[in-house]
Amino acid sequence: MFPAKIWREFPQRYRLEAAKCKKCGKTFFPPRLVCNSCFHREFESIKLPWEGTLVTYTIIRTPPSSFSDQAPYAVGIIEVVPGLKITCQIVDVDLDKLASGQKLFLEFRLIQKDGKQGVLCYGYKAVPVADYNS
Amino acid sequence: MREVAVIGIGMTKWGECWKSSLRDLFVEAALKAMDDAGIAQIDSLYVGCMSGGLFNGQEHIGPLMADYLGVCPVPAVRVESACASGGVAFRQAYMEVACGMSDIVLAGGVEKMTDVDGSEATYALGTAADQEYESFHGITFPGLYALIARVYMQKYGITSQDMAAVPVKNHAHGLKNPNAQFQRAITIEEVLHSSMVADPLHLLDCSPITDGAAAVILCPLEKAKSLSQKRPVKILGSAHATDSIALHDRKQIEFFASAAIASKKAFAQAKIGPESVNLVEVHDCFSIAEICALESMGFFAPGQAGKAAGQGITALGGKLPVNVSGGLKSKGHPVGATGIAQIIELVEQLRNEAGQRQVQNAKIGLAQNMGGTAASSVVHILEAC
Amino acid sequence: MAGIVGYGSYIPRYRIKVEEIAKVWGTDAESYKKGLMLQEKSVPAPDQDVITMSVEAARRALLRAQINPQHIDAVYIGSESHPYAVKPSGTAVAEAIGAIPEVHCADFEFACKAGTEAMFVAYGLVCSGKIRYGLAIAADTSQGAPGDALEFSAAAGAAAYILGNDNVAAEIEETYSFCTDTPDFWRREYQHYPEHGSRFTGEPAYFHHTLSCAQGIMKKVGKKPQDFKYAIFHQPNGKFPMLAAQKLGFKREQWEDGRLSPTLGNTYSGASPMGLSAVLDKAEPGDLILLVSFGSGAGSDGFVIRTTDRIKEIQAKAPRTKQQLDLSKRYLDYGTYAKFRGKILKAE
Repeated sequence: MFPAKIWREFPQRYRLEAAKCKKCGKTFFPPRLVCNSCFHREFESIKLPWEGTLVTYTIIRTPPSSFSDQAPYAVGIIEVVPGLKITCQIVDVDLDKLASGQKLFLEFRLIQKDGKQGVLCYGYKAVPVADYNS
Repeated sequence: MREVAVIGIGMTKWGECWKSSLRDLFVEAALKAMDDAGIAQIDSLYVGCMSGGLFNGQEHIGPLMADYLGVCPVPAVRVESACASGGVAFRQAYMEVACGMSDIVLAGGVEKMTDVDGSEATYALGTAADQEYESFHGITFPGLYALIARVYMQKYGITSQDMAAVPVKNHAHGLKNPNAQFQRAITIEEVLHSSMVADPLHLLDCSPITDGAAAVILCPLEKAKSLSQKRPVKILGSAHATDSIALHDRKQIEFFASAAIASKKAFAQAKIGPESVNLVEVHDCFSIAEICALESMGFFAPGQAGKAAGQGITALGGKLPVNVSGGLKSKGHPVGATGIAQIIELVEQLRNEAGQRQVQNAKIGLAQNMGGTAASSVVHILEAC
Repeated sequence: MAGIVGYGSYIPRYRIKVEEIAKVWGTDAESYKKGLMLQEKSVPAPDQDVITMSVEAARRALLRAQINPQHIDAVYIGSESHPYAVKPSGTAVAEAIGAIPEVHCADFEFACKAGTEAMFVAYGLVCSGKIRYGLAIAADTSQGAPGDALEFSAAAGAAAYILGNDNVAAEIEETYSFCTDTPDFWRREYQHYPEHGSRFTGEPAYFHHTLSCAQGIMKKVGKKPQDFKYAIFHQPNGKFPMLAAQKLGFKREQWEDGRLSPTLGNTYSGASPMGLSAVLDKAEPGDLILLVSFGSGAGSDGFVIRTTDRIKEIQAKAPRTKQQLDLSKRYLDYGTYAKFRGKILKAE
């Protein structure tokens, strides 16, 4: 993986930076150049919270080549602010105890490795809300 | 705009075609379509192909196929819209003929998927999703449709058993299709006991990895009789729509807005409604996809298609036969060719040449082909002449 | 006075018990449990490394410090398991917490002393007025060769400290270092696992440096063991820090809160800094704390720390170390552990 490909996504993958339309208020993750709701082109940069609610999930048992060591693993769609959802892995959980509607935290994790010699690709993954967090 | 007809169809046997290359497959289907129409030359060529680059290391597929089909220097272009590549190639050909730029256009589709191993194929197919914000996180296509399935099942109280009736029905149909990859019946129990690919989808909820090609010949309806002996089949409606590339950006995960909009436009162009359609070929890449596509296009009310297969409504002989070809599940899913093969099934049915799987009195058929998680949908309505 | 403005720790959720490792190698679990006072250890998930744990610990330190990350002028990470041999961990952490681009970044390496080294340098720069806030992180996903004694202890964890001159929750009253060239433990370039001098790691290495450093700093500040509420020592196992504390004249109630190793294992660079975080989690204002690290090769850094009134305000703002250690544990069998740690030889 050429490093520039992951590098330009760091604001989103590392800091969950999103863009809020200055006219209609719709929030986009990742940021866009034009609002798909009101076609306005000016945005305010905001940071999404590192938590959300699980909307739906699956357990990947036949992974793509770059994830073969990780299977089985859970991937879900998580609503982080009302109306804004993201897709990511859910880790450190019992796969049979996941449930739509459950609250999850996001943590900074390694997402992919480009082979043994390439760059390390970091980003967000969901983790269970621990007793000490609630 | 001129009215357009399909006058020739051809496809290879689908499956694991170890001895055939990407070009072999396409040229075989194209020659069959030209022979079926009884024509020797074409004016233009469209090739639907999702990922010659990742599956075969081959791009620039238009001229490759024109060259090996022996039709250079006609214009030839590869059309890519993920798994909707074939359907979109057909629509490009339709528009070229309808607008009067060309008279005889070949629209084909091909995918040669077995030149890479399973995990590489899974990766290649995954490029149809949002590479940076979906695939990057390890989601696969079975995984994305599993996310849809869970939402649908929870919302409408549908079980894995209900859903399993879809592949069971489509395999029963494929048994009657000599070109299908799997010509064997399966049971609900086999589906439910097949290995889990992406919960709640089992292996037998998923369309397979397939090599194959399909091609059709289009011409102006007014010239169909003079160009070909074959009974022409008229294109009544053609529409294409898009939606967010990422599934998580949809307001309603289990509703395919692109299919809804494309079908609405195609029905308006055809001046008919869903009730006039005698058979439907929908994009059942996964069992849940057939269910959601049928509802999104208005063939069933929300939540009603989930049990339709189990109730026999969508089987051959039922009220609305769906995927009598065997669908992607049993016929196979060489992704770039699928949209063209759907058209071929409609043409065979509307010509009354579908043999054992003939839908009685079939006059109007609809094909819905989609890419990604329905980020693109293309719908065609065909009528017997 | 300069000191700790915020702190945070991160412990992975996975654990493996000493018995589970002993079973595979035919060794006597009891000798590790009784002899070295090790019961279980933390294991990083396959998607965790020094960078990910450092980011999480740093975020928690920021929650407690309640400062603008743009005011952090230095990010230092001490570790012997930086994910890259060449390419800093610090820049990734600075990027993730929003401390870029006006920030000084450096990765430190000094076996298990790298973490306090980072704290030492950041503290020095804060004292000198060269920087406003400095973030020092101690983190490791420690390596121990399969079957080696180290495999029973090599664990994972991170502790982060934001050092500054204002809003200090714990003042650093004095520092002291004690180093000699003592090759008790090392890892050569391109080697997966460290080598060690077995019992040579004890008296001439760990104890000589740890005790000398503790005595040196106490002499420097004119304090005796009984003057301290807490004492934290490097903890390669459960036994060494206890013996060190006893030899120096500390009582159990002074050292046991900062000794996490019996159930955490040896988090190498993270070990004594994580012990300090556990102590800060429960400290009262005015408590005097002695921190002495040890790194093979060999040397010790000593710190004398006194909590301020602000400590009570920040303790509950982020997960406490002991809670992370005791709750939400997920036990692994050896096979899964070996897979997680990349100890299974696979086809290329």
